[in-house]
Amino acid sequence: MAVIHKVRAGAWRVVELITTPVVPADYLDVIAPLRNAQVLRAKIDAVRPETENSVSLLLRPGRGWVRHEPGQYVRVGVDVDGVRLWRSYSITSAPERRDGRFTITVNAVPDGVVSTHLVRNARRGMIVHLDAPTGEFLLCEPRPAKAVFITAGSGITPVMGMLRSRLHELTDVVVVHSAGTREAVVFGAELRALAADGRIRLIERHTRTDGRLKPADLDELVPDLFERRAWACGPNEMLDDLETHWADGDAGHLLSTERFRPTLISSGGGGTVTFTQSGTVVETDGSEPLLDSGEAAGVLMPSGCRMGICFSCVLPLREGAVRDLRDGQLTVAEPGDSIPIQTCVSAAAGPCKIDL
Amino acid sequence: MTTIQRKDSNPIAHLTPEQIEQIGVELDAIRDEVMGSRGEKDAAYIRRVIAWQRGLELGSRGVLLFSLFPPAWLVGTAGLTVAKILENMEIGHNIMHGQWDWMRDPKIHSTKWEWDHASPAEQWKHSHNELHHTYTNVIGRDNDLGYGIMRVDEDQKWHPMHLGQPLYNFVNACLFEYGIAAYDLELGKNLATKERRRDPKFRAGLRKVRNKIGKQVLKDYVVHPALSGPSFLHTIAANATANVIRNLWSHSVIMCGHFPNGVETFEKTSIEGETRGEWYLRQMLGSANISGSRAMHLMTGNLSHQIEHHLFPDMPSNRYKEIAPKIQDLFQRYGLSYTSGPLPKQVASAWYKVIRLSLPNRGAAAVRRPVEKKAPAVSTRWRRAQPVTATPATELAGTATP
Repeated sequence: MAVIHKVRAGAWRVVELITTPVVPADYLDVIAPLRNAQVLRAKIDAVRPETENSVSLLLRPGRGWVRHEPGQYVRVGVDVDGVRLWRSYSITSAPERRDGRFTITVNAVPDGVVSTHLVRNARRGMIVHLDAPTGEFLLCEPRPAKAVFITAGSGITPVMGMLRSRLHELTDVVVVHSAGTREAVVFGAELRALAADGRIRLIERHTRTDGRLKPADLDELVPDLFERRAWACGPNEMLDDLETHWADGDAGHLLSTERFRPTLISSGGGGTVTFTQSGTVVETDGSEPLLDSGEAAGVLMPSGCRMGICFSCVLPLREGAVRDLRDGQLTVAEPGDSIPIQTCVSAAAGPCKIDL
Repeated sequence: MTTIQRKDSNPIAHLTPEQIEQIGVELDAIRDEVMGSRGEKDAAYIRRVIAWQRGLELGSRGVLLFSLFPPAWLVGTAGLTVAKILENMEIGHNIMHGQWDWMRDPKIHSTKWEWDHASPAEQWKHSHNELHHTYTNVIGRDNDLGYGIMRVDEDQKWHPMHLGQPLYNFVNACLFEYGIAAYDLELGKNLATKERRRDPKFRAGLRKVRNKIGKQVLKDYVVHPALSGPSFLHTIAANATANVIRNLWSHSVIMCGHFPNGVETFEKTSIEGETRGEWYLRQMLGSANISGSRAMHLMTGNLSHQIEHHLFPDMPSNRYKEIAPKIQDLFQRYGLSYTSGPLPKQVASAWYKVIRLSLPNRGAAAVRRPVEKKAPAVSTRWRRAQPVTATPATELAGTATP
């Protein structure tokens, strides 16, 4: 075996010498995109519509994928009109699937470039890019005697991941879910079936007719609210309200939340720029290139032509938004992104973090 | 020719500073329109070219495993030559310019790309993108004017050494990739003194070039021939031929970009405090195009649209063709000459200049006119001029200001 291994490694070395300056994987990617463990990808094996505005995608991950924990999300990279954009989606399937596949559920949000693209255009056989699964929104150990899940809209997705895989370990579960209408409830049929079986108590709230759920309503709907371990996922305003409510009830430690952090974009007003490696923080007014702001604050910035043509000053934007000073185009980085930007012609368009 | 500032009839004397800024405003509008419309079709284009190039290279190398048979040698060598030209010109050069960075594909990105060439990407990007493209045709700043070994402008000082420059140019053309590597290392300057030779930065650069050349040589002259077994020597010959033809081709294309008749050069002092409009104007006058078929544009990496490339070095190369008529129209409206011609004519024109300038200046050219010094101004080249509201430039001009 050792000999075969050595011969194979040697042969590979020769192939590498032949393909220089690129690597053999660059050739193989064309025919076998899932075998490259350096670049994590997945093939869409099935597309299942959930509601009018949402679909579940069954993904077959390539080599290098690690099994997720229920409640975690995965960053998915999709080419939309030629540009690779990354977004986070909760994994909605159980981790123990024999075939190693998993599902994500995508809800088309208004102005959501990636979610709209996936809901409209995702097809079987398409390749998407992946990051390793991540996230702290997890069930606790040991499992609680009583649990409550409070979700709204696509906030049900991480909770569905938990229910599908760990419900048998929980004895007393209440799910309070809000959606615009009965038809708009993602996984509506499945949740109602669980409720009919008596495995969960489901409280559906249809906000178009019943109005938004207020924390005070919860006390009525779930009388033993603060005796339960709670998990909540939904819009930020809802989570803010819930956190206040739990804190007021001296039960803050019983609540876990998962929130989507939207990138703040100031209307031409600049923002605080943080250079993450050096720790330098600079206030900018949005009219000056990041290169100048950084240099003025003593950061050792790479630079070249200083007019946007040579690409020597390119640095990764890790979070936040920048505006191209030439044509006003915005570049927005979601947490987890690393988008190379030209610092000599880009200004802050809100708080942002630069990897230097 | 003589720098524009020393000429009897200055080709831009008829333009007012306002008109020059207006040229900038119009060019920015053309840029915004194209850059705003980049999309899936463009992404598919570059991926297709890369896929074809890789297929052609792999196929040709496969055929060359049997290069002992003359037809295999011919087909394989021709295929490999075309593959190497595509890889350097339409793919490598343009990706390293950042033309495809907008796709955010880490595999096709200026910061990650490495090419089939003696000069490592990092060093080439510095000397090409930063120095040549910023200081295009400025005597004393743009080393592409003669690559430091030749005299290609009357205003470059003559030295008896220049008598041999037709020969240097030919040798450089055959070994062009190594010439570029030496040039990117600034070998002449850095080998001149002991101190410079010992500079750790230079030594690190030298090490990188040595490694890169080592790998390239191993691939083309050892591993691939060895795999061909009995065709060993024939494959060496095939790979050497492909490399030399690629070198001659890229050298010719690049000579056509800035050396032919009609291209202007500039004084060092003329670019102090240069505005965006002035920078654009310098790019317009400092470059020359090659006319020809679609295949010609592809094989030159669209450097046949050298003028458009120099105006917008980070615009995807497949889009130069569509803006060329607009640029030509702009030249005409502002009374400027758009230098272009078929490849043989432009190559001949460039060679004629190399030969002519190997001798000292004669006649009128020997008299150096003094330069009128421009009042120093402070400006930044990225800053766009405010469009003059009275001129109905284009609809896009309104959104062109930062």
